[in-house]
Formats: sequence, C-alpha cells, structure tokens
Amino acid sequence: MNFDYTFHWRPVMRKLPDLLEASLTTLQISVLSMIIGITFGLILAILRMNGPKPLAWIATGWVELARNTPALFQLFFFSFGLGAFGLHLTPYFIVLAGLTFNNAGYLAENFRGGFQAVPETQMRAARSLGMTAWQSYTRIVIPQVFRIVYHPMTNQLVWAVLMSSLAMIVGFRELAGETQALAFKTFRIFEYFAVTALIYYVMVKVILGLSRLIAWRMFRY
Amino acid sequence: MIEIKELHKYFGALHVLKGIDLNVQKGEVLSIIGASGSGKSTLLYCTNGLEAIQKGEVIVDGVSVHSKGTDLNKLRTKMGMVFQQWNSFPHLTALENVALAPKIVKGKSKSEAREIARQQLEHVGLGDKIDNYPSALSGGQQQRLAIARALAMEPEYMLFDEATSALDPELVGEVLDTMRLLAEEGMTMICVTHEMGFARDVSDRVAFFHQGVMEEIGPPQQIFGEPTSEHTAKFLANVR
Repeated sequence: MNFDYTFHWRPVMRKLPDLLEASLTTLQISVLSMIIGITFGLILAILRMNGPKPLAWIATGWVELARNTPALFQLFFFSFGLGAFGLHLTPYFIVLAGLTFNNAGYLAENFRGGFQAVPETQMRAARSLGMTAWQSYTRIVIPQVFRIVYHPMTNQLVWAVLMSSLAMIVGFRELAGETQALAFKTFRIFEYFAVTALIYYVMVKVILGLSRLIAWRMFRY
Repeated sequence: MIEIKELHKYFGALHVLKGIDLNVQKGEVLSIIGASGSGKSTLLYCTNGLEAIQKGEVIVDGVSVHSKGTDLNKLRTKMGMVFQQWNSFPHLTALENVALAPKIVKGKSKSEAREIARQQLEHVGLGDKIDNYPSALSGGQQQRLAIARALAMEPEYMLFDEATSALDPELVGEVLDTMRLLAEEGMTMICVTHEMGFARDVSDRVAFFHQGVMEEIGPPQQIFGEPTSEHTAKFLANVR
C-alpha cells in the first residue's frame, strides 16, 4: 500500500485564530456548566441525604441517569428528545443543559461522599460552641467538604471540556464543531483534527496546572 | 447552678439514663466515673442539649434546657464542652479555631476575637502554636486547643467528656494539668473520666454511674475509701 497523502498545514494555520476563538467558547460553556452543575450537584446531594422521599427519588434518578447512560444520549435528550415534545432549544442551550445535567449527576456523588467523610462530631463540636446549624454547616462542614471534593471537581471540569466536543453533533460551533465545519470545507481533515486535539491537550494541561496552583494557595492544612 | 431532675434518656428501646437526680453548684468540680456504657457521656450531651431527653428536666441557671422556647445556642455559650475525640477544626489555624465562635456567635470584632483567642491559647500553654494547623499539633496539644476554644466563649461551666481517653499515655499529663489549672481558677466542671487519680485529687465530689443509674455520689475520700455500693467497690477494684 502506498502512502501518498501530503500534509498541508497552511490552511489550518490560516484558520488558527478561528479555532482559538472557538476554544474560548468551549471554555466558557464548560465553566458555566460547571458552575450551574456544582449548584445543582450540591442540591441533589443534600436532597438524597436529607430530602423528603419523593424529592430524594427524583435526585437519585437524576444521578443514576447522568452517570450510567452515554453522555451523547443525554445531549440527544435535550435536542431530539425535547424536540419531539415541540420544545426546541437553541444549540447553545442544548449543550449547556446536557453538560450541566451530566456534571450535576457526577458532582452530586462527589459531594455526598465528601459530606460523609466529615465526621459527625465536627458538627457537634460546632454546635456545642453555640453556633447555629447554618453557621456550623457554612463555617465548619462545607469548607472541609470543599477540600475533599476539590480534585474530583477539577477532573469533572476536564471531563466537561472534553465532553463538550459532542456539541458538534447537535450543530454547536465550539472548538470541535468549528473544526469539523472548517475541515470539511477544505478537506484537510486530519490536519484540522490534529491541531484541535493539540489545543484540547493544552487547555486541559492549563486547567490542571491552574487547579494545582489554586489548591496550593488555598489549602494550607 | 446545674440541676438535673429525674432525667430519663432512651436510645430507641435502650434505657440509657434511668432517673438521674444531680445538682452541681457554682465553683464545684464533679467527676463522673463508671464503666463504658453506663450513661456518663450521654448525661453530658443531655446537659447542654446536644441530645434530647424523654423525661425529667435539666435546668441551667434557672433555664430549662429542653423546653420549647429555650435559646439553646445562647445557653450553650455558657457551657463549654470538650470531647473525647478533640474535634479541632482541621481547616482553621489554632488561632482561628479559637477566635471563630467569639466572632460569629458572640459578635466580637475580628481583633477582639483574635485577642481573646491569643490569651486563651497562652492560658493552655499553646502561645507558640497560634499559627499552626491542628494537623501539626499532637493529640495533647489538640485537646488543649479544644479547651482553649471552649474557654474563649467565657463559659460558666465546662463539660469534659473523657478528655484524655483517646490520647497516647505520655500526652495525658499535659491535658490533666490544664484541667487542674482550670479547677484551681474556680471553674465549675463536670468531668466524665477514667483518670482515677485526677478524680480523687481534683474533684469536690465523685459520682459513680452503673447501667444508667447514679449508684452513689460523695466526696472522693468516701467514694474511693469506703464506697457504700458493692458495684462501686467492684469497679474500683478492677481499675486499680
């Protein structure tokens, strides 16, 4: 078999600014889906632990679906699934909802583990000093939970960045979507995806590095 | 004054405290001894409202602890508590551990709270550890930190729940010394303890608990010298 493919990198390099701009979109939507996901994840975890039965069941259902079905299908649910009921979200909101749903499911389990890892006696000690339940949670328990779930949370952000590439299937032009559009215009498919893979790699490395730096600054104990 | 009247406590079907009657006067040091599971620690938890009770009453300075309208958070600032597992807050420095409650519970300013914390850490001999995190302190130091943390609320009573039981033997002394110091300063203390030497030397009265009942109470010379209950005598023979 002859290998007669010639690499042409120049068309890719010319479009590099477009790719970098799209990677900002990727970052933006991933981070936003994390912020909302953390909020929902916390609520889901608390509902599963202390919520009234029906709400606890819904929370459990959410977590089970998010963790045990393909992320792609979750994205399809918010596009074709809701579309079947006549509810058409824009590609941006489909991706945001899909990512957030998935993040919240995984994070809820992290948070639940985190809460269980803080000894109950910490709460007792706080209450014995006259702190209210709210003060004990916000000043004593949650800061400790936060440290326990910090690195799993970073992993989830990395996963969100990589998973957001599924967005190209529902037609959203983040980094992967942009790459696909440009690649099929020029047919330099390998070159485009190689460069994009490298951009993802660098993004993830930067996130991990920053996360480590923040952890080092924040957790002195 | 702490008044405990006909106190009953159940954990499910388990009858843990079977009608305890006990008064503790201001300035008194009371030690509670007895085998594990005899209800000693539970009595402390019921005293500051960390555990609910099923029957009877606990009255602290005229306020009924378990009544509906009682502001438990306010009442607890009067009663410092030190736990067997010292429960220092791992994410805060020694100074922050002690300064937190005066600031957020009593509403002291940041600098006031820090000053109180510094004084109390000095008080328990941790003046050179104020910026250390608990993970850098020994068990004995963490327990003294817990004592300082309770003292910072300027309590009128201190409740010690087996404060030395979880410590390595060589660290017990420093914590007992701190407790002795408080007793000498006139603090009112209820100490659940397995340290018979401490109970004998420091307490004004010693109470012996057996299976949820307060079998006897009296001055240490009497309890250790001529116990009237055969359970007390047996227990003391076994721990010696």
